[in-house]
Amino acid sequence: MKIDKNTINKIARLSRIKLDDKESEDYIKDLNSILDWVEQLNEVNTENVEPLSNISSSILPKREDVSNDTNSSEEILENAPDKLEGFFAVPKVVE
Amino acid sequence: MNNLIKGEKYDWEMVIGLEIHAQVKSNSKLFSSSSTKFGSSPNSQVSLVDAAMPGMLPVINKYCVEQAVKTGVGLNAKINNYSVFDRKNYFYADLPQGYQISQYKYPIVGEGKVTIDFKDGTSKDIRIVRLHLEQDAGKSLHDQNPSKTYVDLNRSGVALMEIVSEPDIRTPDEAGMYISKIRSILMYLDTCDGNMQEGSLRADVNISVRKPGDEYGTRCEIKNLNSIKFIKQAINYEAKRQIEILESGGSIEQNTMLFNTSTGKTRPMRNKEEAHDYRYFPDPDLLPLEISQEEIGKIKSSIPELPDELKNKFIETYNLSNYDASVLTAEKQTSDYFNETINSDSELKDHAKIVVNWITSELFSLLNKNNLDLINSPVSPENLGQLIKLISTNEISGKIAKDVLEDMFSSGKTARQIVDEKGLQQVTDQGEIEKVIDEVIAENSKMVEQYLAGKDKLLGFFVGQAMKLTKGKANPKILNDILKQKLIKKN
Repeated sequence: MKIDKNTINKIARLSRIKLDDKESEDYIKDLNSILDWVEQLNEVNTENVEPLSNISSSILPKREDVSNDTNSSEEILENAPDKLEGFFAVPKVVE
Repeated sequence: MNNLIKGEKYDWEMVIGLEIHAQVKSNSKLFSSSSTKFGSSPNSQVSLVDAAMPGMLPVINKYCVEQAVKTGVGLNAKINNYSVFDRKNYFYADLPQGYQISQYKYPIVGEGKVTIDFKDGTSKDIRIVRLHLEQDAGKSLHDQNPSKTYVDLNRSGVALMEIVSEPDIRTPDEAGMYISKIRSILMYLDTCDGNMQEGSLRADVNISVRKPGDEYGTRCEIKNLNSIKFIKQAINYEAKRQIEILESGGSIEQNTMLFNTSTGKTRPMRNKEEAHDYRYFPDPDLLPLEISQEEIGKIKSSIPELPDELKNKFIETYNLSNYDASVLTAEKQTSDYFNETINSDSELKDHAKIVVNWITSELFSLLNKNNLDLINSPVSPENLGQLIKLISTNEISGKIAKDVLEDMFSSGKTARQIVDEKGLQQVTDQGEIEKVIDEVIAENSKMVEQYLAGKDKLLGFFVGQAMKLTKGKANPKILNDILKQKLIKKN
């Protein structure tokens, strides 16, 4: 797989990152060299090998269904750039 | 059964599949300890995890996992011992993480099926593709301010079960019956409160049309419908729209639609120039979810009687029709009420059909008129049982029983009290009825002549007169018999 100008633009748009031409060129180079490196792994025969999902062989920790009933609004809204009547206020989004 | 709809030129068949989002009934969210309570003040139930503060890690709620497994069992589905949480990436103001934790390749529940029952006694299986666990998003309010959207994150992170059906549904009615059946199963299991108004249960509808026998057509998805009425309306509108396009030589563009509840129309969501690219990948913050056969067995054994089992039991024990039994079991409160009523007196078991009718037509219509739920019925199952016993033993007529029920409903008295106080016992005494009939015949000699001359319809008139004189208390059968005998003798 090769990253070209179109692909890098698409990735940037999906990630909401704005790239100028110089940055695009740099990222194309960087990402391609990463992909080339990863590509080497394809040389290993992985037939009949299950994908490894867990190196620690620990199990997913679970919690009991207990709710903490503390009112969070003040703390949660503290860092909001804009808030109104207890809500986060963001630029109008209309579908 | 003909499920086709007529276009201008051809007959068309709808092909419908549903994705139901059911909020898991739990105290706390799927990956945080915030409360799930509905209707609290905005942003009051938001933990640092729900607000996606940097460095916060999700820890799964054990109970939500059990609820999903339980639901899977209720949907006759395969429970997967191994499932994986993935990130579904997209940007929206009410999704602080920038991704939703969901399950993609390895859902917790696999293939299953549910059965829907038609009025004519037939039934149909709708296959389930999968059920997976995922986080709900926050809530955006667009109409509170001219230039801002308000965001409330109380719902952010609440556990949802997404239940995906195969495109086995062919009509808007079937879609309605399918979602009712899922709702009923969820409520019996107590894994979702089923409240569609509060959004605890909502659906996305996939719909396409085709000529019978053809391959599936291109489908459109209608998002986020929260009532059965809207689901049916949206399907009808969308099917018509697609048929019009196809019959005028156009083709359907695969699209995501929104349904406008006030105009009853669907329209495409904007922003579609960029088709969604969710870039699913396994969430590195969460290990795979493993459930042992033993745990599944334990959950299975805790499952209560489900609507279909109960339905079959009712059919067998009380000889009810498939349809009556499915109406009784559609909601747990109805089947509970029926059970309590019929068990309140040992003799009622032989009159199950009467019990069904009195609950599902007489009592339900009174409750409806008064905007009450069966749970809050002023008439208890025992009292209704007593009323039905009075009917089945011929102590009062069915007609008078309706008035008695209304009286019970408003006064809270028992059927027995009302019948005794008002002297409503049926008159079954032959002599007394004969006396009344003689009176009627004597007073209407002209009519009697006409009747004897062949005007059979007048019989109803004589019955009515006699009933009036007895204030409706005469036993109709005895009255009819004696009346006919007497009239024949006149001839």
